[in-house]
Amino acid sequence: MARAAEHRAGMDYLVSLPRRWVTVYLPLGVFLVVLLFPFYWMTMTSFKTNEELYDYKTYNPFWLAHPTLANFHKLLFETDYPNWLWNTVVISVLATFLSLFASVFAAYAIERLRFTGARYVGVAIFLAYLVPPSILFIPLAVMVFQLGLFDSIWALVLTYPTILIPFCTWLLMGYFKSIPYELEECALIDGATRLQILWKIILPLAVPGLISAGIFAFTLSWNEFIYALTFISSSEFKTVSVGTVTELVEGDVYHWGSLMAGALVGSLPVAILYSFFVEHYVSSMTGAVKE
Amino acid sequence: MVAESGNLEIAAGASQGWLARAMHGREVLGWLFLLPAAALLLVFLTYPLGLGIWLAMTDATLGESGHFIGLGNYLSLSRDDVFWLSVFNTALYTGVASVIKFALGLWLALLLNEHIPFKSIVRAVVLLPFIVPTVLSAIAFWWIYDSQFSIISWLLVRLGLIHQYIDFLGDPNNARASVIAANIWRGVPFVAITLLAGLQTIAPSLYEAATLDGASSWQCFRHVTLPLLTPIIAVVMTFSVLFTFTDFQLIYTLTRGGPINATHLMATLSFQRAITGGHLGEGAAIAVAMIPFLLAAILFSYFGLQRRAWQHGGKD
Repeated sequence: MARAAEHRAGMDYLVSLPRRWVTVYLPLGVFLVVLLFPFYWMTMTSFKTNEELYDYKTYNPFWLAHPTLANFHKLLFETDYPNWLWNTVVISVLATFLSLFASVFAAYAIERLRFTGARYVGVAIFLAYLVPPSILFIPLAVMVFQLGLFDSIWALVLTYPTILIPFCTWLLMGYFKSIPYELEECALIDGATRLQILWKIILPLAVPGLISAGIFAFTLSWNEFIYALTFISSSEFKTVSVGTVTELVEGDVYHWGSLMAGALVGSLPVAILYSFFVEHYVSSMTGAVKE
Repeated sequence: MVAESGNLEIAAGASQGWLARAMHGREVLGWLFLLPAAALLLVFLTYPLGLGIWLAMTDATLGESGHFIGLGNYLSLSRDDVFWLSVFNTALYTGVASVIKFALGLWLALLLNEHIPFKSIVRAVVLLPFIVPTVLSAIAFWWIYDSQFSIISWLLVRLGLIHQYIDFLGDPNNARASVIAANIWRGVPFVAITLLAGLQTIAPSLYEAATLDGASSWQCFRHVTLPLLTPIIAVVMTFSVLFTFTDFQLIYTLTRGGPINATHLMATLSFQRAITGGHLGEGAAIAVAMIPFLLAAILFSYFGLQRRAWQHGGKD
């Protein structure tokens, strides 16, 4: 890839600088401004006082005249927001670990044990990836109710893996494929069990894959909405997305300042996590498409 | 480390009978390893899929299990104007958003593939709209689309382009355009970054050869880039279409299907009928009506994948 970049740079002299400004930098700049503007606007709004928020004549709307933390204060101390944040963390972490656990074994079985029918199971798991939550939430709501899980975070911890496992398994299969068979054969001859091989040889070599799958699974569970909206009804068990939309928007008067603060605080954890693992995230996203 | 534990294991294996041998065999162990994933997927994915198809043929409501009524729900839906409006909206939303997402996504991917300063930071930043929870970014759009305090209207008025504020979410057609724009905003990064990964696998020597043969940059794109990118485009667009078609979050946050059902998608209508209205059977029928389209998308993806193996020489 580095080589490709050098080659590309090598051919750049064929294009004049003014031309590059018009064909590359200008459109790219417009893309960046449009893609980032909602975040900028979200941040600005959340730090504005109410007076400033609705008065575009005296204050420049794109800047802060009197930054305030009142919106955040209201969010954190007068609503259930901290509770929702905590619920989302707990649910996402549990669902991610449950999915990773199940996916590691499934991927190893399909990719390395190659039992009869392994190929078909692999295809079936890929197909499961294509079943969207929008067509499952009604029957799942019925099941969740019958199982007595309604209005509990366990309803989400147990259903999120159906979204995460297909993806994680598919991704880990790709990683396991790249580990040489010889390592496993050596261990088998030395008498190691499959479980020991998986734990002591395969997993340490697949750590980048585990991180990629984990990060992606965590953001997917953090962003999930329709199940959380359907299976949870009391405010204390809601997730950030659902709580912000349903509880902060009651009544006719919208408190835009605290709404924006809620959206900002709810977005930050995934954005920060993402910024630390950009390469892992991108490789998992593109990997799932390319494999 | 491996050798130590190995010796212990051989001793154990010899003393135990069929159970130990089975634990070493691929067949039994394979299915055993598959058990956690299979159990979760069968119970919470396959079974509800079947249950949904069954529910769609009953008159179940919230709290009552209902009776079998055959195709009754589908018959009543076929006479339901709101249902057909939601089908039309879904088709329009998916069609327009997917085409624009593809065009802009490909353009952005080509731009990011250029030699630009701060390349990795720019690439990381571009993906942000896709990372952040859709519902939360939709709230930001809600404020941007506000009828009284929209920053877009304010800016356009200031620039003298319009004279009164745009009613983004109050007018049916404006509302459709607004939700489609928000969906495009969120989807373009996904298309761009995945296509960029595809672009980076294309050998630069191909471009050098084409340039030496006198190909223009358009010809390079048309006859080198596009053919080699086609398989990835097929897969990316399948996912993009699938996610757009079954979208729920954006509409629920921005309009809840309004004004006058103008932005109701099949997913939001099924939520409204089943959960808000309590008619589980009818809601399930609307959800099941999305399945034929889903199958079409899966087949499309399947053939897209097939073509890829063939194009790379089909070595394995």
